[in-house]
Formats: sequence, C-alpha cells, structure tokens
Amino acid sequence: MSSLPRPFDASRIPRVDAVGIDERAASLAKRSIKKKSKEQGIRLAISMLDLTTLEGKDSEGKVRQLCQKAMHPMPGDPTIPSAAAVCVYANFVAVAKDALGASGVKVASVATGFPAGQVPLPVKLDETRRAVAMGADEVDMVIDRGAFLSGEYDRVSSEIRQVKEACGDAHLKVILETGELETYDNVRKASHLAMAAGADFIKTSTGKVTPASTPGVVLVMLEAIRDHYLETGRRVGMKPAGGIKTSKQALHLLVLVKETLGDAWLTPDLFRIGASTLANDLLMQLVKESSGRYQNEDYFTKD
Amino acid sequence: MDLEVRKTYKLYVGGDFIRSESGRSDPMETTGGDFFANVSRGSRKDLREAVRKARAAQTGWAASSAYLKGQILYRMAEMFEGRSGSFEEILRQTRGVTAAAAKREVRASIDRLLHYAGWSDKYTALLGTVNPVASSYFDFSLPEPTGVVGIVAPEEPDLLGLVSHLAPVIVSGNAAVVLLSQKHPLASLEFAEVLATSDLPGGVANLISGRKDELVPHLARHMDVNAIADAGGDRALSKAIGEDAAVNVKRVRAYRIADYFAEDAQGLDFIESFVEIKTTWHPIGV
Amino acid sequence: MARVIEEASETKPRPSAWERERPALEFGSAWDYAPAPESRDHVRLAERYDLFIGGRFVPPKSRKYFATINPATEDKLAEVAEAGAADVDAAVKAAQEAYQRRWSKLKPAERGKYIYRIARLLQEQSRELAILESMDGGKPIKESRDVDLPLAVAHFFYHAGWADKLDYAFPRKTVSPIGVCGQIIPWNFPLLMAAWKIAPALACGNTVVLKPAETTPLTSLALARICQEADLPPGVVNIIPGAGETGGALVSHPGTRKIAFTGSTEVGKLIQRATAGTGKRLTLELGGKAANIIFEDAALDQAVDGVVNGIYFNQGHVCCAGSRLLVQESVIDTVVAKLEHRIATLRLGDPLDKNTDVGAINSKMQLDRITELSGYGESEGARMYQSSCKLPEKGYWFRPTFFTGVAQSHRIAREEIFGPVLAVMTFRTPDEAVEKANNIPYGLSAGVWTDKGSKIFKITAKMRAGVVWANTFNKFDPASPFGGYKESGFGREGGVHGLRAYVELS
Repeated sequence: MSSLPRPFDASRIPRVDAVGIDERAASLAKRSIKKKSKEQGIRLAISMLDLTTLEGKDSEGKVRQLCQKAMHPMPGDPTIPSAAAVCVYANFVAVAKDALGASGVKVASVATGFPAGQVPLPVKLDETRRAVAMGADEVDMVIDRGAFLSGEYDRVSSEIRQVKEACGDAHLKVILETGELETYDNVRKASHLAMAAGADFIKTSTGKVTPASTPGVVLVMLEAIRDHYLETGRRVGMKPAGGIKTSKQALHLLVLVKETLGDAWLTPDLFRIGASTLANDLLMQLVKESSGRYQNEDYFTKD
Repeated sequence: MDLEVRKTYKLYVGGDFIRSESGRSDPMETTGGDFFANVSRGSRKDLREAVRKARAAQTGWAASSAYLKGQILYRMAEMFEGRSGSFEEILRQTRGVTAAAAKREVRASIDRLLHYAGWSDKYTALLGTVNPVASSYFDFSLPEPTGVVGIVAPEEPDLLGLVSHLAPVIVSGNAAVVLLSQKHPLASLEFAEVLATSDLPGGVANLISGRKDELVPHLARHMDVNAIADAGGDRALSKAIGEDAAVNVKRVRAYRIADYFAEDAQGLDFIESFVEIKTTWHPIGV
Repeated sequence: MARVIEEASETKPRPSAWERERPALEFGSAWDYAPAPESRDHVRLAERYDLFIGGRFVPPKSRKYFATINPATEDKLAEVAEAGAADVDAAVKAAQEAYQRRWSKLKPAERGKYIYRIARLLQEQSRELAILESMDGGKPIKESRDVDLPLAVAHFFYHAGWADKLDYAFPRKTVSPIGVCGQIIPWNFPLLMAAWKIAPALACGNTVVLKPAETTPLTSLALARICQEADLPPGVVNIIPGAGETGGALVSHPGTRKIAFTGSTEVGKLIQRATAGTGKRLTLELGGKAANIIFEDAALDQAVDGVVNGIYFNQGHVCCAGSRLLVQESVIDTVVAKLEHRIATLRLGDPLDKNTDVGAINSKMQLDRITELSGYGESEGARMYQSSCKLPEKGYWFRPTFFTGVAQSHRIAREEIFGPVLAVMTFRTPDEAVEKANNIPYGLSAGVWTDKGSKIFKITAKMRAGVVWANTFNKFDPASPFGGYKESGFGREGGVHGLRAYVELS
C-alpha cells in the first residue's frame, strides 16, 4: 500500500515581496539582446511556441491551418524551426494528430473543463482520458481556483494527482490562472502545490483572463521551480501564456529563464510560450535582423 | 485681404474639447462693443459629464508619483510661457486692460503655476507627521487628495484667478471641475489648450463656461463631488453653496482674495484645504 | 536511541552548501548575449579642460594640468586643470562677488527658475552625460543612465521648487543664505554628488565653489557648461578640479563660510579638525559598513536580490553599501546557495556595454586596497566565494566576492573595503542581530529583511544608522533625507532636513 501524500503545508511556502520582484523583473528587461543573440533567441522562441487556438468558433479547417503554420512557420524558409506544439480543445486532438503526422510537433490538449474548470471531477478525468486516447502528447489542465482561494489545498492537490494519473504517459501542464489568484504569494503557493502534486509543467493562464502572463508572475513561478529543483532534483517546466504578442516580450521571457534557472531550462522540453499572433512578430524581427529593414504584416502568413 | 480663421471656443471636458450638449452659446464682446467670439453656455448635463470624467481620472492621477505631477505642472508652465503673447492679446481685447497690465497678469499666472509645480513633492513632508503616541505603535498621518473638487472661479482676474485655484487643487492628486468666470471666460478656455498639451491626463482638469446661477447649484448638490473651492465672490451664491453642500458633507472653502497678485494669494494652505489626513497605526514589536 | 548518541558525538562540522550533494544550476553560455555597446560618438570630449570660475573657463594660475583616464581601458580621456591656492582664491572671490552683487538680490522664485533651467538642460543631455560618467569613472552605463542621471536631474527639480518656500521649512524663523559654500565630492557618483551639493546650496541663496574628485572631473565640468547654457549669473557656481591640496585650500580659505564634504572618514576627520574654531558651518558624509539583516521570515529571493544590489551595485563603491550580511542561522544554507546563483549571472566588463552589471574599479589605488583587504578575509580564515567571470586584459577589475563564516572580529567585517566584497555572518536572535549590526564605529545605513510588519518597526527603530531600508536597499530620492550616525558623518542631504545645512536662521 503506497503511503498517503503529505497534506500541503502552506506555511512552508516562501513569501514574495511584490515590489522587490517587480524591480528584479524590470531590471532584467533592460538586457539588450542584439545581433547574433537576438537571432538565436528568436529562433529559440519559435521552437518553444505552443501555437494556440481555443475559440468557440474553432473548426477542423481552422485547426488544420494552424498545424500547417506550426510545422512551417515561414513558407519557403526551411531553416526556421517548427513550433513545439499546437494547443487545441480536446475535440480537435485527432484532427491535429492527423495534420501533424510525423513532423515532431506535439499535440497539447486542454482538458478539465477549460477555461473555468467548474465541472464535476469525473467529467474532468473523463475528458483527460479521452484526449490522451485520441493521441494528445500533452494535457493542459486548469486548477480549481475557487477551492484554492477558499484554502482547500488538499482538494486542489488531489485533483491534480488524479488528472496526472489519467494522463498516463502524456505530460501534464497545470494552469494556475494567475490573473484570478491576484497576489504573488498565491501564485507561489499554487506553484509549489502543483509541483508537489506531480505537474510536469506549470502554466500561467488560460489566456481568457487578464492580467495573464506578466513578467513578475513569470519570475515568481520560475523562482518556485528553482526551489523545487534544489529540494527534489526534479526539473519542472514553465509555460507563460496570454498577452505575449511581441518578440521583445518573448526575448525578455528567455532572459528571465536564463538568469533564474540557467542553461538547462532553455529548451522546448522545459519552456514553452503559449501564443497565437506572436509567431509573426518573431518572424518579422528575424527578417528585419537579416535585411536591416522594418517589415510589413502582409509578407507573413496569417493562418 | 486675407481672411483670418476665427476660433471656436469650446468646453474642455475629459481631455476633449466639446460643444455644450445644450447647443446654446453666449456672445462675448470686446470692450469696444465689437463681437469677439461665441462661448458655449454649459449645461448641467455638461457638468454631470465633467464630474464623471473627473472621477474616472482621479484615482490614476492620485497614484502617480509626486515627481511626475511636478514634471507635468512644470511642462504646463513651459507651454503657457510659449503662448504668453496670445493670452496677453485676449486679456487686452476682452477685459480692456493695458498691454502692461495684461503682461503682468500673464507673467504672474505663469509664476503661480511654477510655484505649485514646486509643491508636488514637498507638501507631504510639511503636512504629514509621525505621531509620538504613548503605546507601542508606529503612528503616522499622511495627506491624501480628497477626490473631485468643484471650483467656482473668480470673475476677475479671470486668468490669474483660474490658475490660483486650479493648480493647488490638482497638484495634490485631486481632479477638478471648474465653473469659469462668466463675464470673461475666454482666456480660461484658451488655457485649456495649455492643459491639453501639458501631458496632464484627460479628466483631471475640466473647464466649463456658462452662467453661474444655472450651474453652481448643480455643482453644490452633486453627490459625487467631494469639495468646493468657492472663489466666485457672490455672497448670495456662496450662501447657497454652503447650504447645498451639506447634502453629502462636502468640504467647502470660500475665498475672498482682494489682490491675486499678492504673496498671500498662494501657498501651502491652498493645498491643505483639499487633502484629507489619514492616520495609521501599526504595532512595534518582534 | 543509538542514532541520537551518534549524532551527539559527531565532531565534523556540518557540510555547507557547496559540499553537500545538491542539485546544481548551471549558468553557462547557452544563448550568450552579444556585445551591446552604447555608442560614444555624440559625447563631446575636449582634449583639455580649464577651471570654471566667474562663469568662464579659465586656465589655471598654477599652470598645472593632470590626466584623467578611463579605468576600464587605462586610456587617457583628457587633461584637466589643477587648481592651486591662487586659483582657489580666485574662485572664492568670484563666488563672493556673485553672491553680493547678483544672487542674494534676486527674488527667490527667480533663483528657482535658474535651477529649473539647469534641471531641464541636464535632462535633455542625460544620455551624453551618462556615457561620459561611465567613461570617466568605470560604472556600468546601465547605472549611470538609469540611476545617476535621473537622480541628479530630480535633485535639481526638487530643490528648484524650494527656493521660494523656505519660510515653510523653518516656521517662525527668518531664513537667510550663508554665503559662499566650499564643496568637495567623491569619485563614486561624481555628477550625482555634484547635484546633491549644488542644488540645495543654490536653492537656499548661496553660491558655491565645488571641487570634484581628481579621478572623475569630467561630468562636473559638463555641469559647468550647462550652467553657462542656463545663463546662470557668473560666479554662482565655480568648478575647480584638483586633489587633496586643492581641497585643503578650499577648506581653509577664509571666504568659504560653509564646507560640505563627502568622502572617506579619514579625510572627514581632518576637515573637522581644520575647521574647528573658525565659525564655518560643516557637514560630513563619510564612510560606512552597513549591515543587511535577513530574518528567516523574509521573502528570501527578494532579500538576496536586495543584498546583491546592495553590495555589487556600482562595484561596491557606495558609502552606504550593504557590505555586511547577517543571516539568521536557520536559513544560512539557503541564502548562501541563492547568493551563489545570483553571482553566477552578474556580468562584469566594459562599462559601456548595456548588459554590464559590474564595471571597473575606479582606480589602481582603489583596486590595490580592495585586493589587500580582501586578502585578509582569506588569511583570517573566512571562506571565499568569487564569481568566475573572465576579466578584460586592460583596466582595473575585481570579481564579485563574498566570504562566509565571518565573525565580528574579522577585519573584513570591520573595515570599509569600498569594493564588491561581502562579509556574511550568522545570528540566532533579533537582539543578537541588532547588537552585531550596531557594533561598529560607522552608522550610515542598514537593511532589514522580514515579512513581519511589527518586526520591521521594532528592528529599524533599534538600528543606529541614518538611513534604514526595510525590505529594500540603496533607494534614494531627493525628497528623502540621507546622512549618517557616528563616524559616518553628520548633517542630512535631501528632504526638508537637508535644507538646514544651507541656511542661517534667526
């Protein structure tokens, strides 16, 4: 018989000073990323993209087009890496899997009643199992924010553990929905809770609530991942999502990762960026770097 | 002969130049009796809109740093200085003052604005206190802006009077709704252009021309105005303001300034009247 | 039971952060930042600078010039006039004349307008002056651009507004200026220190003769040019570069009625002795050995960030640097590990590279001193940790360093090193922390890190230091008074309190 998991001890979670962490994030934003490092950073960011479509109006056609973009972000330039994954509703896992073939681009499915998560647990688990059965490589789940904010930490933990189990071999990303948690202390607490419960990745937001991924929030989560790693030896990944539109923001995220967690995390296996329109800004900046000319949107595909 | 493009003088509300929703206007004449311009006859609905915009702008304005507020008022003085000629012209034409008197008033107005720009990061040190209470508490008192302040501007001097009452109200983080001099609103409406080009967020200062007897009661009775600076100089109106203001316990400060050019027409007390003092206690102990 | 006995007889010291098997973070070269140099081409640099006296640049009667170099490259930047006794005399006379003839007769609001002009001009030329500052002194462009220049500008703006409001600062007193002020400033924040001295002096109606440090005269001379551009009446501000002798002549000149000095405690004491009995007003802002105290209930990641900023900012050339770190023993391993990680990402190198965090040491002399004092750390048995960053071939450099296992009786815990070297020691109770923090002749600043509000107020109240930072460090503002207790000096700069040194009250 396996031992029961330890109840979550919120009092052991380190505190966060909001002013201090915002200052740290702002000072890292001053890193000037130029020339070769800018080009490298942009390519790295492209390879870390989870190209996302999570709309009520999504259809098979839309998802197939997104997959095409993920595999070939810039038609005619095979040196541009593919995105890391596409992120879609569970309904479209099969379609995406078919469209992506053997390209290496992964299929991430949201599940557990995304985005609000206000559905009964059995439904959440069923959705998870179905997504995985249809071929999802990764599952992005949402935590129960209501339970978290009422202090029912063990319930939140337990749900995550059960979803993780339902994932089987698929990787689990746990969405904290930081905009609803509001305080950095809550974000830090939720991060540790999720990691202790088995998350492979912790993710900021569903993208449906603002504020979503801010530099301060990302830094809080990276610091939580660092402490978790130092304590357990296990590397957990991080995924900011929501509100990331420009190359400048993407490069800033990479700086935060590099200077908080170091080299090991600068890979799509441990860092993803959830975005939809970011891809084109990354491509425009890349072309501007090589040509020296500011670019126009018409020259980049909108799928 | 080249025809000049005449100016339309509009109200300044929420950072925009708008016509009165009433569609009505009053003609202004030069002292010689010639037509000079039409001026919007502001209505109570314009006033209502101005208060709404003021309230919306006030929190953000109050939250900005003292340094930034000072920079903005300083920029306002720069913009003002750059256009001093056009202000002197308006004063000469509409109030019939000499060129020297107009110059003197514009100069004094710019200096007054500069004076308050320099207060933004100092009044807190003078009005705030740390209080030596007898128990083990860290006890401090800080001034905070009261919120939305209605200003009844003096009839004359219109320009210097406007600046003398507007600047001390906004420098501490309040938003203002000003009922301009009824007889001489033009220099004040021109001043709105200085406000608009100064980086002052829209809604922090709102200028409304019109008839005071129509507008003042609505300002005094408005439930979302926190205080009134009454420099209108009309005893009957002042009494009514005092009575109407009681409806939501507005802070009312009446001014009877004989000489706006004098030293005592500016200073810390003009700021102090429109701040609230908040006292906080916190235990001292390990 | 047996295990307990075993532990009790354990005589080996507990392994520390490095020795234990612990997962390691690697801050290596995956995705290196490319050089991001700030362009120098719009910086106006003359080959030779004269003294600024009476509103003009005049050659020194001493006929002497000295070279000022770039400590990151050891290249000569320019030749600068050295003021001799006769030059000091000319400057003081120019300041006296300006005071009597023009400055004291101006309406206070008009004085304020001149100071506003200087603020605006400085603001407009910020980028150029920031680069000049980094070239002359060695500090990273990121700091001169984002800290030194904006604060210098803010000081002028702040004090401009006081010129016509002095009566409010001293109610029931008649306020008048003192006259000619002699001001001597150090090399760690050259332009900012000039602003801290000149702005309040002028606002209160005085005129000044200022001597910048001999290794960093250029930005003060640029400020002189700005005074010309502002049409400041000639003689109100005079800038006379030179070394110790020039400073001595300024201090002892009968025409200077007030002396303001920022620099080492050693020289401060000499000046105090020299001015005794002369009736001259004096303020001193001297050295420090500030303690940062981290309690176990602090927000630890931010505390470590604050500590790192507190000692490695400006290469540790800061009088109020947090050069001692007191950590509650229960969290020492965690804190040390985090310090190690942070140091691993500090970038040392070309001050004009926008990504540089730690710049050059200001001079060979200072580098030698840091090296010597740091050597005591090792020889007295503290354990050293140093970043492994590469040092450029030319120039003066010292890697960010910290020592653990430090005790009060270590030299590195008592003497001001004025470099990027941190001494780390532990404490067990709040009373012990307070006692250790105060147990030093200095008293300029201190830092307290805890998440508990009441503890903040209790501990900060007990710190014998003129500036106490709670859950932050190295924060400055013209509205906030700054100055020391004990041998860190007396008098305050900034805020209402800072005006006191520059007025006569009756």
